[in-house]
Amino acid sequence: MHAAVIVFPGSNCDRDLAVAFERAGARVSMVWHKDTALPEGVDIIGVPGGFSFGDYLRCGAIAANSPICRSVVDHAERGGFVLGICNGFQVLTETGLLPGVLLRNANLKYICKPVDLRVETADSAFTQGYEAGSTITVPIAHHDGNYFADDETLKRLQGEARIAFRYCDNPNGSADDIAGVLSQNRRVLGMMPHPERMAEPLQGGTDGAAMFDSLVSQLADA
Amino acid sequence: MKARVHVMLKNGVLDPQGEAVRHALGQLGFDGVEGVRQGKVIELDLAETDADAAKARVTEMCEKLLANTVIESYSVEIA
Repeated sequence: MHAAVIVFPGSNCDRDLAVAFERAGARVSMVWHKDTALPEGVDIIGVPGGFSFGDYLRCGAIAANSPICRSVVDHAERGGFVLGICNGFQVLTETGLLPGVLLRNANLKYICKPVDLRVETADSAFTQGYEAGSTITVPIAHHDGNYFADDETLKRLQGEARIAFRYCDNPNGSADDIAGVLSQNRRVLGMMPHPERMAEPLQGGTDGAAMFDSLVSQLADA
Repeated sequence: MKARVHVMLKNGVLDPQGEAVRHALGQLGFDGVEGVRQGKVIELDLAETDADAAKARVTEMCEKLLANTVIESYSVEIA
C-alpha cells in the first residue's frame, strides 16, 4: 500500500502521520504543496495536522488552493482514499470534499488533551478495525475544531451514517458532538482528533493504530 | 482602483469571538450591548479601471477564496 502525505508550510504532524502509516506496513511518499502531481500508484493521501500557511484568512483556506490540492481533489473524485486530520480536516472542508466547516472552539481556547471518542460506524476502510459503539481515546490539539454544518447537512450525515466519530464529552462546541465525518462514497475521512498520535505504546496508547492497520490491509487487497 | 470586501458570519452561525467581545464590554460597564458580530475587512488594490469589471472580479475572488460561503456572507465596495 502506497500512502502520500502532503506537506504544507506550517504542517507539523506530517512526519507523525508518515510513521503511523509505515508502522502499519505502508510505503510513504512525502509530497510538497507546490508539486502538481502525486507519485504513481498512490492508494491513499494523508493531509496532516499543523498550521498550514499560519492559518491566515481561514484555517486550511490557503492550503486548499495550493497546487497539489487540485490533484488531491481529482484523486478523491476518481474514488481514491483521503484521510485529513486536524488541519487536514479543515483543508478538506475548504476544498469542498467534505461538508461543513470548523469554527473557533466555543470556549475560544486552544485545547490539547486526550479525549474519548465513540466510533459511530465501522462501515469504512478507516473504521473497520473498530467496533461500532466502542470508545477510543485519542488526543485533540486545536483552536478551531468546532464543527458546523446547517441542519439539513447534519440530518443527511446522520441519515447516511457518515458521522465516523463523536466526542463522548464535547470539548469544543461541535454540532451534534461530531469529531469526524465521511464523504458520501465513504473514502474520504476528516477528523479533528489525532489517531497518528496514539499509534504505538510509546505515545501512551494505541487506540489510533487500528485505523492505519485497517487501511493498509484494505487497500493492499484493492 | 480600490475594492473593499466585508466578510461576516451568516446569521444563525454562532460567533464565539463576537460573544467574547460582548461579554468583555459588559464587564467594562458598557450596558445594553445586546449582540456583537465580528467580521473581516479586506482591502484590495486593483489594476482594473472599470468599476463593473472590478466588482465582478472581486466577487469571483470572494466565492473562490476570500469567504467561505458555507458560513460567511460578503459584500464588495468599489472605490
